[in-house]
Amino acid sequence: MKIMRPLSAVGIVASAALVLAACGTDPAASNSSGSSSAAAPAATETADVQCGGKSPLSAEGSSAQKNAIDIFTQQYTKKCAGQQVNYNPSGSGAGIKQFNANQIDFGGSDSPIKDADAAAAKARCASDAWNIPLVVGPIAVAYKLSGVDKLTLTPAVTAKIFSGGITKWNDPAIKAVKGNESLNLPDKAIQVVSRSDESGTTDNFQKYLAAAAKADWTKGAGKKFNGGVGNGAQGSNGVATAVKASDGGITYVEGAFAKDGLTPALIDSGSGGVELTSQNVAKSLDAAKFLKDGTNDLALDLNGIYASNTPGAYPLLLTTYEIVCSKYANPDVAKAVKAFLTVAATAGQQPLSAKGYVPIPQSLQSKVLTAVKAIS
Amino acid sequence: MSTTSLEAPATTPAFQQVSLARKVKNGFATTLVWFSFVIAVVPLVWVLYTVVVNGIKRLPYSNWWTEDFGDVLSDEVGGGVVHAIIGSLLQGLVCAIIAVPIGMLVAIYLVEYGRGKLARATTFMVDILSGVPSIVAALFIYALWITTLGLPRSGFAVSLSLVLLMIPVVVRSSEEMLRIVPDDLREASYALGVPKWKTIMKIVVPTALSGIVGGVMMALARVMGETAPLLVLVGYSAYTNWDIFHGEQAALPLLMNNERVSNPMDPGSVGFDRIWGAALTLVLIIALINLLATVFARLVAPKKK
Amino acid sequence: MSESSSTRTPTGDPGGRSSSVTTPPEVPISEQPASTAAPQPPASEKPKKVRPGDRIFQNLTTGAGIFVVGLIGLIGLFLLIQAIPALKANKADFLTNHGWSTSDPANMAFGILDLLEVTVATSLVALVIAMPVSLGIALFLTQYAPPRLARPFAYVIDLLAAVPSIIFGLWGILVFAPTIEPFAQWINETFSWFPLLAPGNVAPSVRGTIFTAGIVLAVMILPIITSLSREVFERTPTPHIEGALALGATRWEVIRTTVLPFGKAGYVGASMLGLGRALGETIALAVILLIPQGKNFDWSLFDGGATFASKIAANYSEFNNEVSAGAYIAAGLVLFVLTFLVNFAARAVIGKKGE
Repeated sequence: MKIMRPLSAVGIVASAALVLAACGTDPAASNSSGSSSAAAPAATETADVQCGGKSPLSAEGSSAQKNAIDIFTQQYTKKCAGQQVNYNPSGSGAGIKQFNANQIDFGGSDSPIKDADAAAAKARCASDAWNIPLVVGPIAVAYKLSGVDKLTLTPAVTAKIFSGGITKWNDPAIKAVKGNESLNLPDKAIQVVSRSDESGTTDNFQKYLAAAAKADWTKGAGKKFNGGVGNGAQGSNGVATAVKASDGGITYVEGAFAKDGLTPALIDSGSGGVELTSQNVAKSLDAAKFLKDGTNDLALDLNGIYASNTPGAYPLLLTTYEIVCSKYANPDVAKAVKAFLTVAATAGQQPLSAKGYVPIPQSLQSKVLTAVKAIS
Repeated sequence: MSTTSLEAPATTPAFQQVSLARKVKNGFATTLVWFSFVIAVVPLVWVLYTVVVNGIKRLPYSNWWTEDFGDVLSDEVGGGVVHAIIGSLLQGLVCAIIAVPIGMLVAIYLVEYGRGKLARATTFMVDILSGVPSIVAALFIYALWITTLGLPRSGFAVSLSLVLLMIPVVVRSSEEMLRIVPDDLREASYALGVPKWKTIMKIVVPTALSGIVGGVMMALARVMGETAPLLVLVGYSAYTNWDIFHGEQAALPLLMNNERVSNPMDPGSVGFDRIWGAALTLVLIIALINLLATVFARLVAPKKK
Repeated sequence: MSESSSTRTPTGDPGGRSSSVTTPPEVPISEQPASTAAPQPPASEKPKKVRPGDRIFQNLTTGAGIFVVGLIGLIGLFLLIQAIPALKANKADFLTNHGWSTSDPANMAFGILDLLEVTVATSLVALVIAMPVSLGIALFLTQYAPPRLARPFAYVIDLLAAVPSIIFGLWGILVFAPTIEPFAQWINETFSWFPLLAPGNVAPSVRGTIFTAGIVLAVMILPIITSLSREVFERTPTPHIEGALALGATRWEVIRTTVLPFGKAGYVGASMLGLGRALGETIALAVILLIPQGKNFDWSLFDGGATFASKIAANYSEFNNEVSAGAYIAAGLVLFVLTFLVNFAARAVIGKKGE
């Protein structure tokens, strides 16, 4: 961008060719990175970052981690001057497809790749493809109801609301939840808002309901909302805006969007209502297990988290994975991917909490760094 | 056919007083007609007012015009839309480079050569093409460029779909301008033994040029406001990308849609300023192109005889 | 179409028309294939000696013409080819099913009935509003507005067409919908006995409905209907108008007896082109319409839903495997056929007038 500054907006077109040429020589200026790497940011663990390699890295996938990737990129550029990452938040499915088609350098996905996708990824990499969990975000069950600023929901009640079993705010089932006894719940219709587009948030939310409220959620999981009630809106901001527009609305949305008029409900998994906070989410993560223990493929077993009732742990969360090759054909790409992921796992984690994500706990972080180091 | 209906008033003597009923009817019609114009102006003013008032906040800062959102977080004040401006202009320009020659050749064919079945079919197909929805044009390019040829999504794919939308507009306006060129000019040229193609290129087209350029620029402004092809055919990048053939590339409408879906836009928030700022920028660019078209049409006005 | 108003120099006033335009004062869209200029030079020569430059140039322009003719066929063909695998994998009836489930390529069940209904409903609402208003505007611009102001006024209307549709969409849902919410609510409550105004499937919200979308869409198609109607009305033969005036007709009577009969076909055709535009409008509707979950469109203006175009646009991220994408391409194909038929009919109506 520095190269752009002298150009006036009007002259841009005329100078297109000139700047194109300038772009080509840009990465050579990476010796200026010395100054920025001196300022070590606060992180739970630091790691050596070997700057260099392909720039810009091209990545695509889950939109849920878009803001996190923005932060990682910002940190990455700080650490390795001139190095860029293009992240296209077109959805997990697209990310996996583009990764497998060798169109991008790494993919972002709301769920670990498996089965046919994993086989295709293995073919594309000519080596194993790994799932690296880097972004953890809580999903809020967020509502707007005037006069009610602290609502507690159990998985069962949540499942009933989102499948049409409970339609009024003053339903005795809501009132009966511990913590809601004193609430003045109005005789108002509950307006359920869900995602109309396919999304990992929907998928995880429905998986959560299926795991935590087996008896009450019979609609299955999947990226499309199956509840069959209420309205759909596009994107996280779409659902948030739709709920804000009408009193009595409720939705599930990434934690970062549950603000400015939206209130996240407390979740009571059987050991009392738990607030959506970083600490409470981290508590859930600490107990997490991996699907393939002992390998560098770090796919998490979320169902265990969803069904647990650890006191003080907020169970409704979403992890996104970076899908990478364990061995890249092009060493340039491998170098840049390693550098980016290292920054993301260290300096990139702390700033995440300001965006409604949760930094990964230390136990997970060291595993991630081991895996990233093993990429070649 | 309208002459028969004219016979009715003719039977009444001239200079007769207009009856009250007729006066009332006339007044009523006049009011309605004026009213309908006002009705159309209200949303225009309202929309433009909304865009200007909500969008003006960030525009006076120089970084809005010189930086991109690449290193700025989605809720961080700062950065600019130069990446989207570049994308919009590049995609529009490449589209014009492809669409204008084709459109003009078609127009020349229709005006100077076309007759019989093919000409009729061409006229008809240009009409139909002008009614093809942009999302269908986008799907066509998707089916052709991405699924069939296996090429990646890119700004160029967007340009190709815009070509489909631009060709009919270019043909229509060029055709209209070429038809206005007086036949005397053509005949004079033929009389001097100038070949027909030279007559067209050296006499007819230059005479109509200002009008054609005006039409082309208006068409350009129109396609630059399209959103649907961008959604299907290119990914958004917050970085400036000068390479239309590779990688993600922003454009102003795409940037707006990206912010709409993913960034909270409560009044006063960063997302709000961005989306309306981008809207105002887009409106300004389109207005500028339209203005240039008018100015250009004046500057290169046809040599009047 | 609308571009012509500001750039065309001589045709603006009726006086200058006769001197410059070679075509008769009829609708321009109709075919006048053998332009007066074309046959002259070769016809007067004795033996045909086509110069190579001429031959190349003629072939080039003819080729461009053939290209455009073939383009429409190509669009249909490619959409069809890509749609067939998805249609084969479809487990539901494509034409009569309401649901749309394409996430799992191995288990797809999708139908267009709901999309078709919402598309038609939204477009008809827009047309019902836009038709009388554009007629009024076109008459205003050609018959009522002070001649000096007619062109700037026409330019103002054309400006509406220059506003990108995503801006209309944002304005529609963020500014317009909240403003008319009380009014919409009142209509909805007062006339809820009337099926078209019954409580919608996105109730209690009355913002993201076909009602709102239809009004915004009406604004968006105003310019196209207006500019084409205006063009036709402008061509009303001056002797007709002067004749009527000489007979003592009021201005309204002049319009009723000369302008409207003369321009009726053009106006109807223009409205149908507007309809075609409305059917294909994409992003504005994707922004405005709320999508009901588990409920189908039920012919209430206060329903939400998705049109063909908005459905495709909102789900572009699902284009991650060819089969699922094919389902959307199939929907696009139906939209293409629909707009093709409407435009075809529109041109036929306008064309008939030209004969």
